[in-house]
Amino acid sequence: MSFSDSYVELNGCRVHLRRGGAGKPLLFLHGASGAPVILPFMEKLAERFDVLVPEHPGYGQSDEPAWLENIHDMAYFYLDFLRQLNLSEIVLIGNSMGGWIAMEMAVRDTSRLDSLILVGPAGIAAAGVQPADIFLMAPEVLVKNLFFDQKIAEARLAQPLTPESVDLALKNSHTTARLAWEPRLHDPFLPKWLHRIDVPVKIIWGKQDKILPSAFVSHYQKHFPKAEIEIFDNCGHLPHAEYPDKFCDSVFRFACK
Amino acid sequence: MPYADVDVDAARKHGTVWGLSNRNYDAQKAHKLYNRFLDELEYGEELGFDVVSVNEHHQTAYGMMPSPIVTASALARRTSKVKIAILGSALPLRSHPMMVAEEHAMIDVISGGRLISGFVRGIGAEYHTFGVNPTISHDRFHEAHDLIIRAWTEKGPFSFEGHHYRVTYVNLWPQPLQKPHPPVWIPSQGSKETIDWAAHPDRRYTYLQTFSPAKVVQRYLKMYRETCTGYGYTAKDSQLGWAVPVYVAKTDQQAKDEARKHFETFRNVFVRMPLEMLLPPGYTSRESLKNVMKAKAQMFGDVTLEQALELGLFVCGSPQTVLDSFRNHWNEMRFGNLLVLCQFATLPADLTRKNMELFAREVMPALKALN
Repeated sequence: MSFSDSYVELNGCRVHLRRGGAGKPLLFLHGASGAPVILPFMEKLAERFDVLVPEHPGYGQSDEPAWLENIHDMAYFYLDFLRQLNLSEIVLIGNSMGGWIAMEMAVRDTSRLDSLILVGPAGIAAAGVQPADIFLMAPEVLVKNLFFDQKIAEARLAQPLTPESVDLALKNSHTTARLAWEPRLHDPFLPKWLHRIDVPVKIIWGKQDKILPSAFVSHYQKHFPKAEIEIFDNCGHLPHAEYPDKFCDSVFRFACK
Repeated sequence: MPYADVDVDAARKHGTVWGLSNRNYDAQKAHKLYNRFLDELEYGEELGFDVVSVNEHHQTAYGMMPSPIVTASALARRTSKVKIAILGSALPLRSHPMMVAEEHAMIDVISGGRLISGFVRGIGAEYHTFGVNPTISHDRFHEAHDLIIRAWTEKGPFSFEGHHYRVTYVNLWPQPLQKPHPPVWIPSQGSKETIDWAAHPDRRYTYLQTFSPAKVVQRYLKMYRETCTGYGYTAKDSQLGWAVPVYVAKTDQQAKDEARKHFETFRNVFVRMPLEMLLPPGYTSRESLKNVMKAKAQMFGDVTLEQALELGLFVCGSPQTVLDSFRNHWNEMRFGNLLVLCQFATLPADLTRKNMELFAREVMPALKALN
């Protein structure tokens, strides 16, 4: 399945968008490390969906708009994005920071959403559950902590650093700090309004997630009592990257009912 | 003002004193250390130093002054002639910069106009400990500075509407005794943005390059002068300063023998920290961060006393050696202010006093004559 490359211009910001496949629209919102390449799970999702993978404002090949100061700006941007592309009945998937953005969008407006899939999301704090401090990790330590299967981490670390990849990593971590330094990776006011999310919710978590521990799941269950929960065993922070087939089957089962 | 009784082995094992658990802190030992260091600062006046200075660091054995206001206040009452420099207050870490304006103004009034105000952003590690977002550090610094200067110089009440700070009624009691306000010094590890800002004709603040190799000091002081020229005026020597650790003893060999362990502990345990802690995202421009990443091996490896002397990171030797060294540097840089760090890391009280005495009596008079 081939993905097209384009830019969407909106609110004075050019956003890089990869899009492939056909069917119901599926918007994938990436996490703090960005979405620099098409991954196998995107290809597979594109067999049944019209898959949209933007790089967020401030990440990858997208612009860094001056107005981007907090996660709420990002949520409003993506609500405008859905309107500009005239998308509806969207399956919204967000991983980590992307899960946080997805929730911030959905508490504001679900009218264009079909369903919401949160994959190891950031966004809320939970007593007794301590996320890892991604800002104190050396880059190679962070990569190792993302995966349960260290062979995947080693393969990623074996890729040579280029000046471009270093620039992109610095740009991405700058934007992540801008949005998530404090309060750290969450919005203390978000839980008050999660009840407004009136579309079906599914939560997927890697049991051995070292960034956002799977102990968060029980807290999400309280906020989303009807949500479908699936825990991937032997899996880290990126279930879609570590188990693409299992992840896609899970999405198909949930969103193609 | 280090917590000099720190268990150096525990700190080495941890990799740095930054983030070392306060299980290692003993308030009885700190009580003695605070009073020892305050005595040493007061002794500075007796020895004829023009300025004694204090600074701000948080949650670390590197420095025991999370509030330099407290130490500067104590000095304001116990000294009578020497200027007191706060180098500096970390503005972006404060939730309300008006408190800084008030505290500095109080010290200026109590001391009879002897305050030198320094403003800094705080080092990268402090953005981790305080949680303040490093990507807005420059913005907050500039805005806090503007509020403080206006609070010191304008008659109130007036309102201040900033992006980070909003105050409906600014009407400072007390106002500083020095008019229009105390001199402002800007300590920095070297950044073009800071130099452009400090050198601006509206400010002409004294730029102080801290703990850097002499070549780096020279480069940044030159950049400051050129920036002033670009703004259309000539920098005075008094706008330039260098802060450097110094150790003086009777002979070069004795100075090295006495300072070695303490200096190397200072450089390799107290100052050291991981890159991620030193430079969180947005604290510097991404270009500066990349330059540091390139120099990582050199910056983050151990440095011996001999290497430090070669680099001009440390000035150590007999009075004549130290004088010659500063004279040479002065000829190249023409800094009008020299801040000598006479105590560092674990350097004990007897050696600190001896160092201060030898420097004050046998080096300082000839250096003062240079200006």
